[in-house]
Amino acid sequence: MSDSRVIRSLSSEWRKVRSTKLWWILAIVIAAYSAFIASMFAFMFSAMGDMLTGSAAGAPQLPAQDTANMVYSSVSAFGYVVPLLLGAVMATGELRHRTLGLTFTLEPRRGLVLLSKTAVLIVFGVLLGAAGLLGAVGAGAAVTAATGGDPMLGSGETWAVIARVLAALGIWAVIGFGIGVLVRNQAIAIVIALVFTQFVEPLLRTGAQFWDWSAQIAKFLPGAATDAFVGASVMNNLSSLDPSVPQGANGLGIWAGFAVLLAYAVAAVVAGWLLRWRRDVA
Amino acid sequence: MIQQATPVEVAHLSKRFGSVQAVHDLSFTAQPGRVTGFLGPNGSGKTTTLGMVLGLLHPDSGTATIGGTPYTELDHPALTVGSALSASFHPAHTGRAHLDIVRRAIGVPASRVDDTLALVGLEAAAARKTGTYSLGMRQRLALAAALLGDPQVLLLDEPINGLDPEGIRWIRLFLRHLASEGKTVLLSSHLLSEVQQTVDDVVVIRRGELAFAGTLAELQQGDGERTVLVSAADRPGLAHALQQAGAQVHGVRGETMRVSGIEPATVGEIALGAGIALSHLSVEESELEQSFLDLIDGGSANQAAGPASTASASSPTHAPSSATPREGGAR
Repeated sequence: MSDSRVIRSLSSEWRKVRSTKLWWILAIVIAAYSAFIASMFAFMFSAMGDMLTGSAAGAPQLPAQDTANMVYSSVSAFGYVVPLLLGAVMATGELRHRTLGLTFTLEPRRGLVLLSKTAVLIVFGVLLGAAGLLGAVGAGAAVTAATGGDPMLGSGETWAVIARVLAALGIWAVIGFGIGVLVRNQAIAIVIALVFTQFVEPLLRTGAQFWDWSAQIAKFLPGAATDAFVGASVMNNLSSLDPSVPQGANGLGIWAGFAVLLAYAVAAVVAGWLLRWRRDVA
Repeated sequence: MIQQATPVEVAHLSKRFGSVQAVHDLSFTAQPGRVTGFLGPNGSGKTTTLGMVLGLLHPDSGTATIGGTPYTELDHPALTVGSALSASFHPAHTGRAHLDIVRRAIGVPASRVDDTLALVGLEAAAARKTGTYSLGMRQRLALAAALLGDPQVLLLDEPINGLDPEGIRWIRLFLRHLASEGKTVLLSSHLLSEVQQTVDDVVVIRRGELAFAGTLAELQQGDGERTVLVSAADRPGLAHALQQAGAQVHGVRGETMRVSGIEPATVGEIALGAGIALSHLSVEESELEQSFLDLIDGGSANQAAGPASTASASSPTHAPSSATPREGGAR
């Protein structure tokens, strides 16, 4: 068989993720969730556009490209919790079921195991992103077209947004893995992932908009960095429509957003390596 | 392929968890071609020791090597050493999925999975989730995972625990067969009786320290002679006659006296000479278990210089340093 320890480790970790139903249950969840939110936005923005043009003259109308970006990027703006959960569950599962010892017995180079798991989770994060995009693009484009808009599927910018959504979800799976390694308890890791993404971060991002200094800090939050990287999101675009929102809320640029998001993933995995991974396995 | 002999050598291994000295200055060798029983009560440090051999736990001091190389530095660790440290699996994985994960990690062909499932008698359960397995089935699956790479060394933690009588008989024969092929087999147990029909050599550990290392036969003879159980209507007369002949009479249990320092046949002759009719004459059954229990209780039975030095004389690699146990309760 394969002589490479790297390939063997990757193959084993790949099989591990595929061995339970979790990944495709999450794929269905993110596809359905993204389809729902994308079609809601597609409807809202087409209807809002109609109302805005219908009422006061000179009111800004969202260009078709911006609408499309916002609709399709709902996968990363709202669905990033899904790869986060996959990463956290895959990391904590080995501890919960006491199989990490076997894993390290089969491949004692723990750094290699860490990197294999990271690589496999990036791929599964991208796959979850693809599932989410199937839902978001399918439903969002259909609603946009049905309400007389242009789904912009022929546009290169649309596909660039889609590619960045995939990359962002790959990175989020790694963040989840790092958090799982650090937290170790599966239930606590899941609760942290849900509470932070669904409650704490949205609250912080909204609350931070009241002051310029806090808005400057809040754009470094992982969700804000994700939106900046993907380059379109409801939060960013709503603030551009609303002049009362401070300028600082414009967010990081695409590549600064990517760097910040990547930094979270690297920091989580490196901290996991330093604080947990090399320790004794009972 | 020429299979080289691969001993497992543990030298001066120590490991402390907080205030608990789990393993202290432990040395022993599991020889190729032999089944070595690693015995001790629960919590005596067996699993900790095996964890250190496999590189899962970092020893505070000392070394553990496989054929001279630490496990983590072997070129093909899991092909050289098959191990089953815990019968723990992801409950949602099927038995076949578990073995497929293992065989991918160690790089053996997919066909080995079915071969090994058949070998341990799990074919019928291969498609079931391990969460539904009985303890005996989990033991078989853990053993299958250890055997996938056809390793030269087997390290098994409590592999017999939970097996049914048929499974116990099977694993005995199987491990003996592997040893006869020149492989090194090290299995732990907290029950000597569980492994005494399987093992050639015995390493007994008590509170993390070596209490005995040697062959099973040496452990058996460790107490000296066998204890004879004898009874008669005239017990005082018989006791007197036996003591006259140089035997030690250890008192009466029910109607039976325990006598040592004398062979059963001689007891009969002395009774005949004294004109006392015996109503009972036998050899105490559990003497091997008893010497094991004496060892792990840390009682006076192991002025262990006896057995341990015998061990080191007969096979130099058995650690001789173990001989002096610490004072009872000392840590």
